[in-house]
Amino acid sequence: MIDRGYYDGFGGAYLPEILVATFDELVETFQEAKNDPEFWQNYTDIMSTYSCRPTPITFAANLTKHFGGASIYIKREDLNHTGAHKANNVMGQGLLVKRMGKTRVIAETGAGQHGVATATMAARFGFKCTIYMGEVDMRRQRPNVFWMERLGAEVVPVQEGTRILKDAINEAFRDWVTNMDTTHYVLGTACGPHPFPEMVSYFQSIIGKEARKQILKKEGKLPTRIYACVGGGSNAMGIFKSFLDDPVELVGVEAAGKGLSSGQHATRLSSEDASIGVAQGYKTYFLQDNDGQMKETHSIAAGLDYVGVSPILAHLKETGRVRFETATDKEVVDALSLTIKKEGLIPALESAHAFAGAFKEAPALSGDDIILINQSGRGDKDIFTIADAFADPGWQEFIKEKAEEYHA
Amino acid sequence: MLESYLRKRLKEKEILLMTHIVLGYPTFEDSFSIIEAMVKAGVDLMELQIPFSEPVADGPVILHANQKALAGGATVKKCLDFAKNVAHTFDIPFLFMSYYNILFKYGVDRFVGATAERGLQGAIVPDLPPEEGEDYLKAMQKYNLAPIFIFSPTSPDERMKYLASFGQGFIYCVARKGVTGVDTNFSEQLEEYLARCRKATNLPLALGFGVKNKTDIDFLKGRVDIAVIGSQTIRLVDKEGVGVVGEFIKNLR
Repeated sequence: MIDRGYYDGFGGAYLPEILVATFDELVETFQEAKNDPEFWQNYTDIMSTYSCRPTPITFAANLTKHFGGASIYIKREDLNHTGAHKANNVMGQGLLVKRMGKTRVIAETGAGQHGVATATMAARFGFKCTIYMGEVDMRRQRPNVFWMERLGAEVVPVQEGTRILKDAINEAFRDWVTNMDTTHYVLGTACGPHPFPEMVSYFQSIIGKEARKQILKKEGKLPTRIYACVGGGSNAMGIFKSFLDDPVELVGVEAAGKGLSSGQHATRLSSEDASIGVAQGYKTYFLQDNDGQMKETHSIAAGLDYVGVSPILAHLKETGRVRFETATDKEVVDALSLTIKKEGLIPALESAHAFAGAFKEAPALSGDDIILINQSGRGDKDIFTIADAFADPGWQEFIKEKAEEYHA
Repeated sequence: MLESYLRKRLKEKEILLMTHIVLGYPTFEDSFSIIEAMVKAGVDLMELQIPFSEPVADGPVILHANQKALAGGATVKKCLDFAKNVAHTFDIPFLFMSYYNILFKYGVDRFVGATAERGLQGAIVPDLPPEEGEDYLKAMQKYNLAPIFIFSPTSPDERMKYLASFGQGFIYCVARKGVTGVDTNFSEQLEEYLARCRKATNLPLALGFGVKNKTDIDFLKGRVDIAVIGSQTIRLVDKEGVGVVGEFIKNLR
């Protein structure tokens, strides 16, 4: 490996020796694919026929009016097959798996969106599929577990550690070090050892490539600001990448959970609780203690509930190119509620962080300004969590009745 | 220093034994009793693992030991203090084993300095390939400690030579793909791999991952210089307690 995927000191490939040859092969395959002009064409063809690309941008007229500031546009990644931007990355990696001649894929999942997307890709391409999911997340996102299993994937509950996303990643690595000859690990976000941050961002860059053209066509100018939620960072990298050289302010919104001072959050780039470390094969900001032990994280959104963050975003934070803000669980539920009522759109709890961040700033901007929010996924999967957050009495009654039916 | 000790020992024994424990598991008192029993039973060198919350290269047995040690309050400072005590009490070489973040957060130079000051002789950091280990290698040289590098069956010959060029003391050969604590098939295939390892380096060879009884160690005699027992003693302590460790080790050779 010559290029070790460093972004001003962040990133790298801290690999156990057993995986070095596997990563060499992956780096080579990815480079070849990138240099093959037909590869990207093939990728976009698949995304336009199997998924719903290009996904539109939607002018949010009612939200714009409600806040009375900037014009608000929404990039509709929720309209992808399986309902999130995760489809982009998995189909891209699926094409690489074919090139490598492997027959099995594994993946970690937090919210379940990446797991479902991977399971659809595996079904479509004829791969065997195993998904690792933290036990806590399986409870939070049970509908996605159902779909993964229907799609033929084996879903393995991870009972180690904090039983959420990072622990699922560890278990996927443990599978991989045993089965790398037949198996590719479809990492779901722009984290992990090189080439994953670069590769996942590359596939997700389709979001920003489209959005840039779409907003220029619609408004004749670039947006003033772009908002994206940041868990691992793949949807943020996806939309930001095409605007890095433009005079556009890029804003990443992390999960502040129950508040930054509560210690129960997943804010790596805007919190004193995080520091630079090396884990899960790469160097970035981690929520860790002084000994380097990873801390427990919390977010209402399982997909943002992660200790690390893309090394590319850590780098863009240090250079000041991307500004990072936070949104609490409560702010997120409020933003979600408003978006549902005003626009009839249902963002995922993860994506609702980007909305919450944008809503805080929209009123202060002028009517000439445009903001673009990346709706990375749809919220249907969150029905149990959202129903709880709203304490919906009709839903609770329904669940009780349903439970009784099963007892019968 | 470490290598010459091993060479000397190898003149007296057909194969050396390295054992592995997780510091603070089940408790630091138990860790001490286990080490005491192992040294008495003739163990030639030991790996002391500083627990880490994300031990990706370890299988369930060592993973749980890491988690329980941390839950029991094991800290890096306690591990360093403990290591100093055992290194001064028992007359065999001790090595630290941990994941890179433990060193990185402590400060690599400071950690390596502390390792030397406590009287340890080397370190194994399984998630730090030499390409990422410039600071570590510099510090290990500065404090005259042995950086132990790892060969795996997936390492091509050229890569083995590359790794060996940074290694000192001995080379740790991982017996197979997978994580620690899973059975290994001690077969001809393993023999071919070990022959490749021999060709790549003049350093003594240790073999670990899945070594768990006398039969395994008999197979390894004449093929490697050091047999590594890791998960098996932890499993034994879990099942039968600290008291049986000495007998177990004695009966291995």
